[in-house]
Amino acid sequence: MNVVEYISGILKGVKSLLIGMKVTGSYFFRPWKIVTQQYPENRKKDVKWFYFLPLWKAHGKDTPAERKQIVMLERFKGELIMPHNEKNEHKCTGCGICEMNCPNGTIEIISIQLTTEDGKKKRAIDKHIYRMGMCTFCGLCVKTCPSDALAFTNTFEHAVFNRTKLNKVLNKEGSTLMKGVE
Amino acid sequence: MAEILEVKDIAQQEYLINMGPQHPSTHGVMRLVVSLNGEIVKNVQPHCGYIHRGIEKMCEKLTYPQIIHLTDRMDYLSAHMNNASVCLTVEKALGIEIPERVKYIRTIMDELQRIASHQLWWCAFGMDLGGLTCFFYGLRDREPILDIFEESTGSRLIQSYYTPGGLMNDIHPDFQKKVKEFIKYFRKILPEYDQLLTGNVIFQERTKGIGILSKEEAINRGLTGPSGRGSGFACDVRKRAPYHLYDKVDFKECLYEEGDTFARYKVRIDEMWESMKIIEQLIDNIPEGDYTAKMKAVIKLPEGEFFQRVETARGELICFIVSDGNKNPLRVKFRSPNLINLASLNVMSKDFKIADLVAISGSLDLVIPCMDR
Amino acid sequence: MAFSFSIYDFTSFTQWIDKSLYAAMPPFWALIVEMVIIGIVFLGFYALLGLFLVYAERKICAFMQCRVGPNRVGPFGFIQTIADLIKLLLKELIFIKNADKILFNVAPFIVIIVSFLAIAAIPFAKGLHAMDFNIGVFYIMAVSSMGVIGVLLAGWSSNNKYSLIGAMRSGAQIVSYELSVGLSLITIVVLAGSMQLSTIVEGQRDLWFIFKGHIPAIIAFIVFLIASTAETNRGPFDLAEAESELTAGFHTEYSGIRFAFFFLAEYMNMFLVASIAATVFWGGWMPLHINGFTGFNHVMDFIPPIFWFFGKSFFIMWIMMWFKWTFPRLRIDQLLTLEWKYLLPINLVNVLLMALIVLMGWHF
Repeated sequence: MNVVEYISGILKGVKSLLIGMKVTGSYFFRPWKIVTQQYPENRKKDVKWFYFLPLWKAHGKDTPAERKQIVMLERFKGELIMPHNEKNEHKCTGCGICEMNCPNGTIEIISIQLTTEDGKKKRAIDKHIYRMGMCTFCGLCVKTCPSDALAFTNTFEHAVFNRTKLNKVLNKEGSTLMKGVE
Repeated sequence: MAEILEVKDIAQQEYLINMGPQHPSTHGVMRLVVSLNGEIVKNVQPHCGYIHRGIEKMCEKLTYPQIIHLTDRMDYLSAHMNNASVCLTVEKALGIEIPERVKYIRTIMDELQRIASHQLWWCAFGMDLGGLTCFFYGLRDREPILDIFEESTGSRLIQSYYTPGGLMNDIHPDFQKKVKEFIKYFRKILPEYDQLLTGNVIFQERTKGIGILSKEEAINRGLTGPSGRGSGFACDVRKRAPYHLYDKVDFKECLYEEGDTFARYKVRIDEMWESMKIIEQLIDNIPEGDYTAKMKAVIKLPEGEFFQRVETARGELICFIVSDGNKNPLRVKFRSPNLINLASLNVMSKDFKIADLVAISGSLDLVIPCMDR
Repeated sequence: MAFSFSIYDFTSFTQWIDKSLYAAMPPFWALIVEMVIIGIVFLGFYALLGLFLVYAERKICAFMQCRVGPNRVGPFGFIQTIADLIKLLLKELIFIKNADKILFNVAPFIVIIVSFLAIAAIPFAKGLHAMDFNIGVFYIMAVSSMGVIGVLLAGWSSNNKYSLIGAMRSGAQIVSYELSVGLSLITIVVLAGSMQLSTIVEGQRDLWFIFKGHIPAIIAFIVFLIASTAETNRGPFDLAEAESELTAGFHTEYSGIRFAFFFLAEYMNMFLVASIAATVFWGGWMPLHINGFTGFNHVMDFIPPIFWFFGKSFFIMWIMMWFKWTFPRLRIDQLLTLEWKYLLPINLVNVLLMALIVLMGWHF
């Protein structure tokens, strides 16, 4: 190792270190580049300003407070629900395909026999039980449902104190089958 | 008085330390029993199985569409590719032709997943070497990809997006716009990775010439993926046995001959560029059409043995299904790239320092749940 | 002596305390009381500064990493470190069954006492100086190198394999980097012609030494910065802790307030080396004076010396934090290579160069 190599090695090394320091240093002086979000403040629109120290630099519509308001995407698989219309009617016929397709035994359907006006016997659901604690959100129940009775909502705050609270009955009290769904 | 040990005896004693099951740099519940001589690693004995869930056995009780949701949970950083391995096997067995649109979307999703996985690897690797800032930059840039996934598939990490015959649902209308935005953003930000870590003299000193594995040894040990390509083993399944649309797109197989930690690092950085190139070729010409082929309600594979290789972000994943004609498989076997890559760790890290062991195991990019399944 | 207080000159204030004490009681007791007062003042200063530095480091690293940092406890998260301190005080002190009890308990105190000892010689402002040795630089060097004993004892006595590796690394590291720290300070001692810190500061009345000694002084400063970062066990030289390799290195087995001692000592050592660098290279509490620019010098004089001192120290600490949050960690052999093959030869040549410059009168 001769002297020239020795010195140029040092200089090259120092240069590479300075390039690295430029990256972190430039972010230090550009606080509006901060990407983290402040949960749960970001659920509301009027986020308290002091949660965003970098505010002094940001003007206009690109203020972090506005940008950082939480947006839940519509397809997010947060929780399985059974949509009901305003007349408290759902589309579930109680066929049990979702129960069959669920890989984890998350869904349990308790069905009853109903007698319609014209005397025919018909299957209907008594309870559509959904055990969220076991659900892996694969989406097979929603995809395979022949009458589109199930859907996912994008709620995500499911923390509870007791595991049994995660067991839900999806059909509402007193709900009936929607007309025209077989 | 206790018997006096001679210096010779003390020198022969092994200094064993347990790295793991809880250790910051094993990235999961893996245990490495390391014999040391001072700082120098003499032997590494990996103990795995701490997160064994019996996925292969569980698959035997499930139907083919149901298997998909378990494969996500093996290598959660390349969930789409894991899904693809099962889907492609089933499609191959049934001999059905899937729509062009599905092929396009699957290729794009796979490549996005590869970028996301390499980003996470980059930040974890930087952290293994002590550069903690890398961790946050990598995660920051991974976030847009996860948002793209969430928008289309409904989940961020474990998507279960592919089904035998197609996709769970169509892509979101904003998908193409978002992906193009991301590519534009990431092309600008990726050189920053090089400035922060690749060019850094400390980083280069710590990775160059460390953990060398020759090409022959890599082939013998079945080292695949970016780790294998770092040793010059041309093992990219996307080139060797193209699936999806990889035979139609133009991309380079990143190969380095050195076989050291730095070569494995460079392969992954280059692959991020290549993945962006692939996505850019496809994103504008996604054809219209169905997002799934017509499938029977109950999928039954014909009797026989079927397999499909896919290239995950870590190497070659093989899904092997034995069917007896029922709706459930008789036997499922996944050839996990992680487990087989781990086998090279001992050879690579012998006679290097303990700090190098961390760098080498980081450069193999092991995902423990895939290893144990 | 009448009471007088000026933020520009603490001499009369400290002397007033001294005189009044000696007038009120016999000399022996006056000395004891003085010692107690200084001890209490330093304890308070130590605690406050430690808390502030932990907070500052968190915020600085957060901003470098595109994060906000602590922001929950109090406005801007200002009380976060106090909450952490309370947590650490309340935590259980875990006694390791097979540990060497005495050494295990003593080690954190050794580490923290060493930084206490060294802080006595630092001139904070004009007249604000606990001890003004005529060999101040030498004293600080001697005292600060004792910290390694605490680290070694901690690693050895906790009877943990990871800790032992960490302690041995730390031993090798501090012993070798001590040389570079010493030699780079000697470069300035050659220029200043004194080891007394007050004389060194006074000598920078017309211009700070880093400008006065130009090339060798700048080289000495850079070497000092690197070597002192290594000596304080901070990243990228934090091999003794090496989180990703040795989990927590020498303090793996420590919990509660004993861990907090190591943690605090790290920050105090950082403050210590930063303040030495500020004093020796950047003029300590001396405002920026340039020969001939009288008006400019007067403007600079309006800023009180204590602000100059802390401003400079914090700036150097900020650079050290910048190092830590940018670079990956070195390996032990690279660490020693850096010292013995690069820093030490450069330093030796640098001392000669400085001697030549002083002899020929080439400095400003």
